[in-house]
Amino acid sequence: MIYLPHTHEDIFSMLQVLGVDNLDDLFSTVPEDCRFNGHLNLPEALSEWELNDHMSTLSHTMAVSPEYKVFLGAGSYEHFIPASVSYLLGRSEFVTSYTPYQPEMSQGTLQAIYEYQTLAARLLGMEVATASHYDGATALAEALLMAVRITKRKKIAISSLIHPLYRRVVQTYFNPTGYEVVELPYLNTGATDATGLDEMDDLAAVAIQSPNFFGCIENLQALGQKTHDTKALFVVSFTEALAYGLLKNPGSQGADIVGGEGQSLGIPRSFGGPALGMLASGKKHMRSLPGRLVGKTKDLDGKTGFVLTLATREQHIRREKATSNICTNNSLCALAAAMYMASVGGTGIRKLARLNYDKAEYLKKELKKAGFAIPFDRPTFNEFVVEFPSGFEATHKHLLEKNIIAGLCLAPFYPELANHYLLCVTETRSKNDMDALVREVKS
Amino acid sequence: MKESLGTTGLLVNEPLLWEKGKKGRCGFSLPRRDVEPCFLDQELTGEGPDFPDLSEVDVVRHYTRLAQWNFGVDTGMYPLGSCTMKYSPKTNEKQASLPGFTGAHPLLPSSLSQGALKMLFEFEQYLNEITGMHATTLQPAAGAHGELTGMLIIHAFHKKQGSKRSKIIVPDTAHGTNPASISLCGFRPVPVTSNEQGILSVESIAEIMDPDTAGIMVTNPNTLGLFEENIQNIAEIVHAKGGLVYCDGANMNAVMGMVKMGDIGIDVMQLNLHKTFSTPHGGGGPGSGPVSVAKHLEPFLPVPRVVEENGAYILAQDYPDSIGKISAFHGAFGVVIKAYSYIRRMGPENLKKASQLAVLNANYIKEMLKGTLHLPYDRPCMHECVFSDKHQAVQKVATLDMAKRLMDYGFHPPTVYFPLVVPGAIMVEPTETESKEDIDQFIAAFKAIANEARENPDLLHDAPKSCKVKRLDEVTAARKPCLAG
Amino acid sequence: MKELSEIHLPDDVRYAEDHEWARLEENKVRVGLDDYAQDQLGDIVFVELPQVGDTFKQGEEFATVESVKAVCECYLPVSGKIIAVNTALEESPELVNDSPYGDGWFVEVNPGDLSEMENLMTHVACMEKLKGAQ
Repeated sequence: MIYLPHTHEDIFSMLQVLGVDNLDDLFSTVPEDCRFNGHLNLPEALSEWELNDHMSTLSHTMAVSPEYKVFLGAGSYEHFIPASVSYLLGRSEFVTSYTPYQPEMSQGTLQAIYEYQTLAARLLGMEVATASHYDGATALAEALLMAVRITKRKKIAISSLIHPLYRRVVQTYFNPTGYEVVELPYLNTGATDATGLDEMDDLAAVAIQSPNFFGCIENLQALGQKTHDTKALFVVSFTEALAYGLLKNPGSQGADIVGGEGQSLGIPRSFGGPALGMLASGKKHMRSLPGRLVGKTKDLDGKTGFVLTLATREQHIRREKATSNICTNNSLCALAAAMYMASVGGTGIRKLARLNYDKAEYLKKELKKAGFAIPFDRPTFNEFVVEFPSGFEATHKHLLEKNIIAGLCLAPFYPELANHYLLCVTETRSKNDMDALVREVKS
Repeated sequence: MKESLGTTGLLVNEPLLWEKGKKGRCGFSLPRRDVEPCFLDQELTGEGPDFPDLSEVDVVRHYTRLAQWNFGVDTGMYPLGSCTMKYSPKTNEKQASLPGFTGAHPLLPSSLSQGALKMLFEFEQYLNEITGMHATTLQPAAGAHGELTGMLIIHAFHKKQGSKRSKIIVPDTAHGTNPASISLCGFRPVPVTSNEQGILSVESIAEIMDPDTAGIMVTNPNTLGLFEENIQNIAEIVHAKGGLVYCDGANMNAVMGMVKMGDIGIDVMQLNLHKTFSTPHGGGGPGSGPVSVAKHLEPFLPVPRVVEENGAYILAQDYPDSIGKISAFHGAFGVVIKAYSYIRRMGPENLKKASQLAVLNANYIKEMLKGTLHLPYDRPCMHECVFSDKHQAVQKVATLDMAKRLMDYGFHPPTVYFPLVVPGAIMVEPTETESKEDIDQFIAAFKAIANEARENPDLLHDAPKSCKVKRLDEVTAARKPCLAG
Repeated sequence: MKELSEIHLPDDVRYAEDHEWARLEENKVRVGLDDYAQDQLGDIVFVELPQVGDTFKQGEEFATVESVKAVCECYLPVSGKIIAVNTALEESPELVNDSPYGDGWFVEVNPGDLSEMENLMTHVACMEKLKGAQ
């Protein structure tokens, strides 16, 4: 087997050194009644060439670009990834190295992640960003737990326009804690209804997503103000990181902690994972942050170098009192995001984000012209909700056969919104794609 | 090879991203604009982030240079105990980058994602078979995430029984994520010490197991590289008082095809795909931490579950007792593909062989280095062995110094100062993908270092010399954190 | 790390089991971490102190001290209310290493029961205990 270099001679001579006769004897400390003496019932080994065929067959069943025009966002976005990023990400020194606990031989990872932390902080308008979490949902859950730790209060309010699956994850994390989670309803404008906050004075945090699940841009400044009036921390989440290439970032709007998804930044959708949880806060809360942090320092010769720092927050030192249990994070995804942000650049990201916005606006306009209702009038970024006529389900299904996925049906998540669909347009959808979609839904 | 593995080479300095570039440069091919700009309320727009403007050449040189400062498994032996730094087969990367997988949206209709669903379903079956458990979830995105999932399942189980329990027993040798996961779930960790043989004794568990204890969290084989021989009796004691047994499966690389956890009393466990199943570590992640459970815990698994219906695969949501969701979507799918490919390439015989050879390599190192380094537990080990710096203390040389000097010899150091029960611990896990020659070279390097400790300890105190940087000032980094540029 | 003979245990303070010291000054008690503890911890990077006004019982956790790789909980040697905290430690945690009995002090306490000082060790008893543990 090509990944097992030992020859018979190697094994024989090593067993001799150990004074045992065969490999089985090495397991003498495993009691007989713990031993499994059968054969594992798994498929026989494939050659590399058979594996290629097998996986190729599986992958060809998947509905992806360019054969399919997928107008789906909802937490996972199709964006162009430069060849340079994919190429650099294949460097095995990045791919096959471990967490940089031995900094002298990991300066590549450490500088790269320090750069990621910096760019992430700048994107979100915050002072400190961590080295990554699993995804936007867990980053949000960690942000809320962090707020509870800081304020020592036991209740949080989350907008019902936060991604439904993110809310589910937050509930799952909060279930055993005994902390209370209340949901804020939404207005018919497509924004969060925060009037209920007036009655709440015992909140650790208020969490708002912007752009929200309907694609609408929330009035973060006003919501932040209202949150701070209750003495709670303002937690802002997001699923489409590219939005902040154009829109006012959460930090500038009063966010205390930000926890969202960075998949749009150079990471392929990959059926939902691995993703990139982005978490950021102000310096004053730095020691309450969960997850790894890279810091800049100097070596014995005075040269600049980077190390993991503030490790006393983490599980390997603080154990049950750690700020989180996280050990392995999504470092390579953070690296991809840094490479992407470096490639797109400050000038480029504004243009790219603007292109996303304009394309989505075009589709919105065309659908309006074709007689379909746009129920929410809050401005949107690259996703928006359309209300199709009753019975659209059949049309949606029919369009699948034409290789068009016309948005995500909202009814399973918001039963009151029958026939409402969430459509997403990024820079990857052409005007022709959109015209074809409009043509098809009209007929 | 007669020459030392470690040498010097040309490393190029490289500034930070924002110290390079010029305004107006771009490294991204902006797509053609085929729509008109639309009205955009200026109230909503910000300045845009302060990113540098770099050309593609700038970016490629930058990261190529940074990569050269790193040491990976592909560079050389990386015997980090507890991490299982085995070689990552390149075909796995190829499969994970197939456009049908990378381009797939997680909320595609099932009919249009059969390949992914089939793969997930089959992979769950493989893990069930390897662990001897009944059902598996692939949703947790890392080992610690899997531990939390397991704790949530235990919590949900007891809640359903109407039984209020507040504690989880955890050995003193446990990985830090164990007590941290326990706390995250609202339980209190109750520590228990291992015996002189380095394993848990039945008596110590019997002493503290009570109806207020939700369960025990063991690692088997444990972090000393030893098999928890009393596990079946311990499981019996815990079960007798209504508790559950969680097994941290991080060390599964020692026992594939040799032990089935489900047969020895384990109720719930996590695996680390980035350890046992060869997916690369990526400089700290991403990983994947599937959780496998016994039948009575299946109802609590996160949703959705992949099920087979009339020859096709669908995502089923209707599990009223499910703990909910632990990741937004299906977990680290891109990582799972690599582990799936690994299992398909290895097949059952080679998986077992891998474990046997991992154990062979570790015992060989233990035998060959036990004269040189102090061996706190001189008994057969599994896939990793633990030494200490006791012999070198008289020369005022510590584990840290030996670790740093190993770098000059061309090796990544083993895990140091863990587990906590061995002061100055040096935990060596070679894995099965290291050849005898590479291991012999590692042994020779350590022997040379032990010699240097006697004759010229400053060589160790001043190490490493041949990396991009010398030892770093971690004190100032912690006192005056500089976390962003 | 220092040899036992190099550990400095002045006679004007009393010592708790976990190496906190307490000095009676007029009608308040000043508290800090002794030389042995700061030496064991190594370079101190962060000290988390309570707020003025907080009250603690003797033996209750009131502060934490961090080095790069370790965290140490500190327990108040005498019960009382915190009337002052050493804010200089925020910028300069190294004061605990450099001057554990002087500028590296942690808190001033308005003691609830001065007789508790008698339960603490003298510098002689403390040294004996350290020798015994070796």
